[in-house]
Amino acid sequence: MDKLGIVYALLGAALAVLLAGAGSAIGVGIAGQAASGVVSEDPGKFAKVLIMQLLPGTQGLYGLIIGFVTLSKVGLLGGGVQDVPVQTGLMILGACLPIGIVGLISARAQGKTAAAAIGIVAKKPEQFGKAMLFPAMVETYAILALLISFLAVSNIQI
Amino acid sequence: MNELEYTYAVARIRVLEAALLSDSVMDQLLACKDEEQCLQLLSEKGWGDAECGNDIEAILKREEEKTWEVIHDAAPDLSVFDVMSYPKLYHNLKAAIKEVCTEVKNENIFYDDCLVPGQEMLSIVENKAFERLPGQMGTVAKEAYETLLQTRDGQLCDVIVDRAALEAIYRAGKESTEKIIQTYAESTVALADIKIAVRAQKTGKSLDFMKRAMAECDSVNVDRLAAAALSGAEALREYLAGTVYAEGAQALEESPSVFERWCDNRMIEAVKPQKYNSFSAGPLVAYLLARENEIKTVRMILTGKQNEFPDEMIRERIRKMYV
Repeated sequence: MDKLGIVYALLGAALAVLLAGAGSAIGVGIAGQAASGVVSEDPGKFAKVLIMQLLPGTQGLYGLIIGFVTLSKVGLLGGGVQDVPVQTGLMILGACLPIGIVGLISARAQGKTAAAAIGIVAKKPEQFGKAMLFPAMVETYAILALLISFLAVSNIQI
Repeated sequence: MNELEYTYAVARIRVLEAALLSDSVMDQLLACKDEEQCLQLLSEKGWGDAECGNDIEAILKREEEKTWEVIHDAAPDLSVFDVMSYPKLYHNLKAAIKEVCTEVKNENIFYDDCLVPGQEMLSIVENKAFERLPGQMGTVAKEAYETLLQTRDGQLCDVIVDRAALEAIYRAGKESTEKIIQTYAESTVALADIKIAVRAQKTGKSLDFMKRAMAECDSVNVDRLAAAALSGAEALREYLAGTVYAEGAQALEESPSVFERWCDNRMIEAVKPQKYNSFSAGPLVAYLLARENEIKTVRMILTGKQNEFPDEMIRERIRKMYV
């Protein structure tokens, strides 16, 4: 029972990385299909559609940051694992969930929006700036989730 | 099928949509002084290829092939598009039956880009191997073949096959889970029924003939449509005015060619929202219809120029473009 706290904390770190990373993989995959469709007909638009494809990839990075901060918090990266009470472990797990869940959902949604925005670039490449704003809007909610997860994990006292 | 499966194909279509001819390009074509200038403009727009030269039919055929090549290449599920090739498939059946029954050989009367290509269809009809045809087509083929042999009435044979084509399209629409295929099937059958009614009214055909030619659909009551056509042009317009095809009644008042143009324009209007759809098979189907519409319009302009028809006469027939 005395090790359950660290288990919960590590589960939180794993979920943050896993869910957000899976969301990004799905989102980048969707946008990548659209990007491939455009490049197969017009290779000149490669750079523009590549930027669009990368947009849903940020959630995976946010998940990684929270996972990293969590591992650092419990001392796993420094070599000395701390004793984490069960209650604190559960708090860390809860703190990791916002970026995990929001990362998964927002990355998929952003992938679909990026694919639609790639359609704009395909027809009107001069509207690239405006087209990029639509998927970028979805990013807001991933950033909010990152902020909460970061503040929560950082401020939990072990 | 998951609509996300179409993401790649839709993105490809988005690029190709930029190359579709717009209404202003059609105006430019119309403003060309002769057929040669038209071909030059089309060549600048990427129409045809090196092998086509200035052969109009070869250019138009090549454009049709290009469209299907893209769909074959990009679409994750080609069965969705089967219904779009039904008119060609049933055309092949009609042509094969007539060729076998009349023993008159014609070149280039078959389509090869459909479920049963021309030579295969000819072989099926020659050997009376109708069971090799897909779905319920075998029964229809046998009936049309025997009717033509016994009666020598080519029009009756056409009516049997054309109605079967409409019924197949309607069935495909009902069975499809794609909204755009349902819309396409319903519009195609309803507009074909209306065209039959209009032509039958003008040529004084009987009620039996009309009922034999028309296929059932949801947006038009074929019994009332046929009865209205039998009563006269005014009754037909009155009936149409009470349906979702009310604008067709107005077009009918102007001229038959305006009505035909309205039929095609209506289909394009129905699929235009697909320009803003980034997923599903919708944009691909819309692109196919847009290309068909574009090629048909270019053919009309070129034919008009070849025969030195007045610009106004050609303009009356120019369809609205998708882009």
